[in-house]
Amino acid sequence: MSSTPGKNYLNEKSGLWSWLTTLDHKRIGIMYMISVLSFFFIGGVFAMLMRLELFAPGALFEGNTYNQMMTYHGTIMTFMVIIPGVPAFIGNFVLPLLLGAKDVAFPRVNLMSWYCLMVGAAISFLTLFFGGVDTGWTFYTPYSIQTNGTVLMVLGAFVMGFSSILTGLNFIVTVHKLRAPGMDFFKMPLMVWALYSTAIIQVLATPVLAITLLLLASEKLLGVGVFDPALGGDPVLFQHFFWFYSHPAVYIMILPAMGIISELLTTFSKKTIFGYRAIAFSSVGIAAVSFFVWGHHMFVSGQSELAGVIFSFITMLVGVPTAIKTFNWVATLYKGSIEFRSPMLYALGFIFLFTIGGVTGIILATLATDVHFHDTYFVVAHFHYVMVGGTLMAITGGIFYWFPKMFGKMYSEFWAQMSFLFVFSGFNITFFPQFILGATGMPRRYHQYLPEFTSLNQISSIGSWTIGIGFLIALGVIIHGLLKGEKAPKNPWGGLTLEWTADSPPIHENFETTPVVTAGPYEYGR
Amino acid sequence: MRNLLAMYSVLLTGLFTTSSAWAERIMPAQGNAYASEVDSLYIFLLVASLISFILVIGGMMYFVLKYKRKSANDETPYISHDHKLEFLWSFIPFLIFMFVFAWGWKLFREARTMPKNAFEIHVTGQKWAWNFDYKSGVSVTSSSSEEAAFVIPVNKPIKLIMTSKDVLHSFFIPAFRIKQDVIPGRYTALWFEAEKEGEFQIFCTEYCGDLHSQMLAKVRVVSMEEFENWMQTHPSRALGQMTLAERGKYLTNKSACTACHNFESSEKKIGPGLKGLFGKERQFEDGSKAIANADYIMESIYEPQKKYVKGFGGVMMNKYLPKDLSAEQVSWIIEYIKSNK
Repeated sequence: MSSTPGKNYLNEKSGLWSWLTTLDHKRIGIMYMISVLSFFFIGGVFAMLMRLELFAPGALFEGNTYNQMMTYHGTIMTFMVIIPGVPAFIGNFVLPLLLGAKDVAFPRVNLMSWYCLMVGAAISFLTLFFGGVDTGWTFYTPYSIQTNGTVLMVLGAFVMGFSSILTGLNFIVTVHKLRAPGMDFFKMPLMVWALYSTAIIQVLATPVLAITLLLLASEKLLGVGVFDPALGGDPVLFQHFFWFYSHPAVYIMILPAMGIISELLTTFSKKTIFGYRAIAFSSVGIAAVSFFVWGHHMFVSGQSELAGVIFSFITMLVGVPTAIKTFNWVATLYKGSIEFRSPMLYALGFIFLFTIGGVTGIILATLATDVHFHDTYFVVAHFHYVMVGGTLMAITGGIFYWFPKMFGKMYSEFWAQMSFLFVFSGFNITFFPQFILGATGMPRRYHQYLPEFTSLNQISSIGSWTIGIGFLIALGVIIHGLLKGEKAPKNPWGGLTLEWTADSPPIHENFETTPVVTAGPYEYGR
Repeated sequence: MRNLLAMYSVLLTGLFTTSSAWAERIMPAQGNAYASEVDSLYIFLLVASLISFILVIGGMMYFVLKYKRKSANDETPYISHDHKLEFLWSFIPFLIFMFVFAWGWKLFREARTMPKNAFEIHVTGQKWAWNFDYKSGVSVTSSSSEEAAFVIPVNKPIKLIMTSKDVLHSFFIPAFRIKQDVIPGRYTALWFEAEKEGEFQIFCTEYCGDLHSQMLAKVRVVSMEEFENWMQTHPSRALGQMTLAERGKYLTNKSACTACHNFESSEKKIGPGLKGLFGKERQFEDGSKAIANADYIMESIYEPQKKYVKGFGGVMMNKYLPKDLSAEQVSWIIEYIKSNK
C-alpha cells in the first residue's frame, strides 16, 4: 500500500468526530494520552492539597474533606493513570509499531476499551455530586458498605476494569498473530514481552475485581451478606478478594514500565541488552508468581499465621526476577556509548528509585518487620518509590522517547532535562522522609499527627511542590514541542526497533511495506 | 566507626545482638526485648539494602560516567549474556531473601504464640475510641480527649482479646513493635510484655473514618504494686456510689459519645455541642422543629438518622442498640445532659 506524500495518521482525517470514531491504534493511543494526562493532573492536584494540609494540620481541611481527597487521589492515580498509563496509552501507540504490524488485532475493541475507561471515569467522578467517597481506594468493608457514594465509585472501577481486560485481550492476540514476518518470540523487543506479560495479568486478574465489586454492590443494594458481619459476612474475605486482583495489578503497573526501561537503556547506550532471555522470562515469571502473593498485604489482618508465613515466602521469590532485571540493566551499560538525553535520565532515575523501592519491598515482605511497618508511612513511601519513582518516571521517559514518533516534532531537550531534575530531586525530598516517619510510628491516612512528626512532614510537603513544578515543566515541554517543535527525523535517537523505520509521525497503517525481520531487536555492535 | 562496628556485630553474631542506641534513632523507643530483636532484623535488612544499593547504583553511576558517549560513531561490544554471572546474581539474592524470610518468621512466631499465663484484658474498638475491660470489672476508655487511661503492670505478659463494635480498626503500639487488626464480629488477639515503666503511644492503623487520626490512646506501664492500687481505687468499680448524672458522664465517655459531642460546652465537634440542650427547641434539616425532651434524646441515641439537626445533614452518627446502651443507661445520660444547663 502506498500513501499520499505528506499524509500521516494525524492529518489524514480531521475533525473531532474522526478522532472519536477512529480505529487507528495511534489515534486511540493519543486519546488515551490526553485522558491519562488530564486524570494525572487532577490526581496530582489532590496530592498537592493533601500535602498542603499535612504541612499545617487543621489549617485547611477537616478530617472528612482530607479523607475524600486521599480517596480520590488514590482511586484516580491507580485506576485512571497508572493502570492505563503504560499498556493502554504508550502500549497502544507503540505495540503494533514494535511488531511491524498495521494495527492491533481488534481495532474496534480497542476503541471500545477507551470508551470503557471514559465512562467508568465519568461514573467515578459523579460520586463527587453525591457527597463524595471517603473509603480510601481499597474500599475495605464494612466501612465501605456504610458509606453512600461507594456503590457508584465501585461501579466506575468495574467499568474501567473492562477497559483493562479488553486491552489485555487485544494485546495478547496482537502479539501472537501480528508479528512481522521473521519476528519469532525471541526477536521481539523487550517492551513487547513486558506488555504481553501485563496483558496476561489484565485478562486473568481484573475479572476477580469485577466479581468483588459486584458482590460489594449486591451487599449494599440488596442486603446479601457477604462481607458485612452485621449480615453474617466476613470483612476479611473482602481483603482477600481485593488483593487477589490488586496485587497482580501492581505488576500491571510496573511490568510495562520495566519494558520501557529496557528500550531506553539500549538505545541511549547503543548496546545490545544484557541477558535478553533472562529479562524476558523474568517478566513472565513475575506475572505468574504475582498471583500468589496477595496475602502479604494482610499479615496483621487476622488471616492465619501459616498463611502469613507462606505469603512471606512466595513474596521473597518475586524479589529474585526483579533483582535479575535490575542487574541486567546495569550490565547493559557496561562498555556502552552512553548519551545523556532526557529519556535516558528518566531511565537512570527509574533504576535509582526503583532499587530503593525494591529493597524496602523486601523489608516489608519480612514478617516481623512488616508487622511494625504495616499501614504506616513506611508503606506509603515504599509504594510511591515503586509506582511514581518507577512507573511514572518510566512513562515520562517513554513520552519523551516516543514523542518525536508520535507527533513528528522535537521538544526542548534543556527543559526536558530540567523537568527530570525537579521531579527526581523533589521525589526524594517528598518520599524519603516518609520512610523515617513510618519507621518511627506515624500511621498512614492520618490528617493530623503528633507533634514529633512535624518537621519531616513539612520537608515532605516542600518536596511535593518541587515534584509539582517538575511535572508542570514536563507538560510545558510537551505543549511547546507540539506547537513550536522542530520537525523530527525518522530516527532521532538511533534506535534499532521497527518503529524507528516508520515515518515520524507514521502513516495511517504504519509502514509503506511490511518490514521483514532477520535479527534481534538490539543488534548494536554486530 | 563505633556505629560501623556495632552494625558488623549485628551482621556477624546474628539473631540476638542489638545495637539499641543506633536503632532508637530510626525506630521508636524499645519497650521490651522483642522490640530490640525486631530492630536487629531491621538493621540487618537496612545494611544489606544499603550494600546492594551502593553496588547497583554505584555500578550504574560508574558505567554511565566511564562510558559516556564520545562520538556518534562509538563502537560498542556485543555482550549478550553470561550464564555464570547471571546465576550468581540470582542465587545470592535468593539466599539473602531466604535468610531474612526465616529470621522474620522466627520473630513472627514468637509474637504470635500466646503465652498461657498471660494477664488478659478485653479491648473493644469503636469509632473513635478504645475500650479496655479488665476481669476485675474495671473499665476504661481512651478517646481523643482523654489519654493514658490504659494501665498495665510491668514484666507481666499481657494478652489483649480484641473485637470491634463497628468497622475495622487496628491496634498498634510502636514501642512493642506489635500490631493487629480489630474486626467486628470476631475476636483477634495480641500479646506483649512491657519491660520498662512509662507511657507508650497507641495508634489506630486501619482507616476508620473522620477521626481515624484522633483514635489515639496511651498505655501506662507501672509496677505491680501501683497497678493493683490503681485497680482497687478505679471509679468504674464504684458506679453505685455515683449520682445518676455522674454515671451518665462516665457512660458518655465509655461509649465514645465524647469523641463527637461536647457535653459541657455548646461548641460543635463532629456533631453538635450538647450543653444546655434539655428542654430547648431543636431545628432540623427538613425544616421541622421539636423540643429536646427525654424521648427526643432517646430517639437520637437509638435512631440517630431519623432527624438531622440543622447544619449536620448527612453526618453519620453510629446507631446505638439497646444492647450497647440499655434504657436505664440512656436515662443516666439524659440526667447528665440535664445537669449541664
